[in-house]
Amino acid sequence: MADTPRSAALYPETAGAVALSERVYWIGAFDPDLRTFDIILKTANGTTYNAYLIRGSEGVAVIDTVKEGFADDFFARLEAVADYSDIKVIVLNHLEPDHTGALPELMRRAPQAQLFISQKAQTMLKALLKEDTLSFTAVLTGDKVSLGDRTLEFLHTPYLHWPDTQCTYLPEEKMLFSGDVFGCHFCDTRLFNDLAGDFRFSFEYYYAHIMRPFKDYVIRALELIEPLQPVLIAPTHGPILRDRPMRYIQRYHDLSQPSLTLEKQPHEKTLLIFFISSYGNTRRMAEAVYAGAMSVTGVRVSLYDLEGGEVAPFIDLIEYADGLLFGTPTINGDAVKPIWDLLSSLTVINLKNKLGGVFGSYGWTGEAVRLVEDRLRGLKLRVPVQGLRVKLIPTEDELADCTRFGQELAEELLGLRKSKIIDFADLA
Amino acid sequence: MAKANVTFEDINVTVAVPAGTRIIEISEKVGAGITYGCREGDCGTCIMKVTEGWQNLSEPSVLEDKVLRENMAGKHNRLACQAQVLSGTISVKPA
Repeated sequence: MADTPRSAALYPETAGAVALSERVYWIGAFDPDLRTFDIILKTANGTTYNAYLIRGSEGVAVIDTVKEGFADDFFARLEAVADYSDIKVIVLNHLEPDHTGALPELMRRAPQAQLFISQKAQTMLKALLKEDTLSFTAVLTGDKVSLGDRTLEFLHTPYLHWPDTQCTYLPEEKMLFSGDVFGCHFCDTRLFNDLAGDFRFSFEYYYAHIMRPFKDYVIRALELIEPLQPVLIAPTHGPILRDRPMRYIQRYHDLSQPSLTLEKQPHEKTLLIFFISSYGNTRRMAEAVYAGAMSVTGVRVSLYDLEGGEVAPFIDLIEYADGLLFGTPTINGDAVKPIWDLLSSLTVINLKNKLGGVFGSYGWTGEAVRLVEDRLRGLKLRVPVQGLRVKLIPTEDELADCTRFGQELAEELLGLRKSKIIDFADLA
Repeated sequence: MAKANVTFEDINVTVAVPAGTRIIEISEKVGAGITYGCREGDCGTCIMKVTEGWQNLSEPSVLEDKVLRENMAGKHNRLACQAQVLSGTISVKPA
């Protein structure tokens, strides 16, 4: 958060609602001073908490609310275009507190309103509001609610950005209320993409941090959204996309494709080996693992010394690799920092079911291999072969073990490794 | 003592275990990918998918059912720290 608020001249009190059409209004709030969002995201331009109001012939719908500290702005804008008694429907596309902060007060002011959330939002709603008696309707793709001459249609779009997230479509106006999808942290009181400042970087940065781990879900969501051909996309953060909104849908398509391409055979698998070494012992192990993996036809193996690389390009490589091996020495009972720096940077990509393995030389106690194996399991990788630890300088026999380790993991990638049967009593 | 075979699909390993053993005990020793937290059926960290032999595990308790529901668990998901092996063959993998 900045020390001093932005000047009133730059961000005037715009208490009124902003019309998107004769029946649809923006009733959100500006937060120009925000610099860090959700701990992990930076923003050089603050953000907006976008909420919307739709007036039908038989009642009003409010879609999403704002962060709690901005509730006064939200209610002032709402009151400018509707009475609380008009509100028939409240839709929450996403339950994160920056969109539900004003919900309890809104429900107190409009107790007659019916609350609509996604199926997956039910337990989250209870956990957020700590109220078991709350009445709501859980909806899925295809469910609709009528406001008379306006209709709300729900699209189940999980993990964009939480499991609960959904989009709401207004077919009579071809407007999509997309939740966090197509959003970005960019505060501009001009509100619309054809008027706001240059938010291209913010749009891409938001995708990279919020949507990228869930690319498969993005692609599934686009299959629901694209046929609608919306003329306006109204996200919960950043500019409202009324000028050529399909460009942003296309951009999500593009961003959901691999950022790097590798010319490989259709059935070929990729295995990346990362290592770092202080006296060359873990390096020798890495080279032996590399040689073993390369002996298996059908696996494209690559070896990287973390000492000579930066984290970001490795993340791009890891995202579409089939297997990942890490070689680390143990220093003072732990794996070394470059390994942890890489492993703590992987939450922006999906790692589930990739193959993992760990090896390393140590001088005293050798904890690093087990610690990194546990981290890989926590990241949802499969760790089918127990890691290799070598005390100080590897012998020829130990290097042969490393070669077998690499070979075994490469065979596992191809589904060639034989299954093992063990008696429980034989396990340590 | 009666034995059962539990296969951990993610690591392609089958373990012959005595009846009554909890899945988490085996998973932990064999290095399968089922992660765990409290080990007391409360946190939901160790949710796993039972792909075969669902009926060869102990019935879920009311408490386990509640935790599974709260964690939006899918069909044939169980808590590895609560499910005990009864007999026959069982296959599991991380959820």
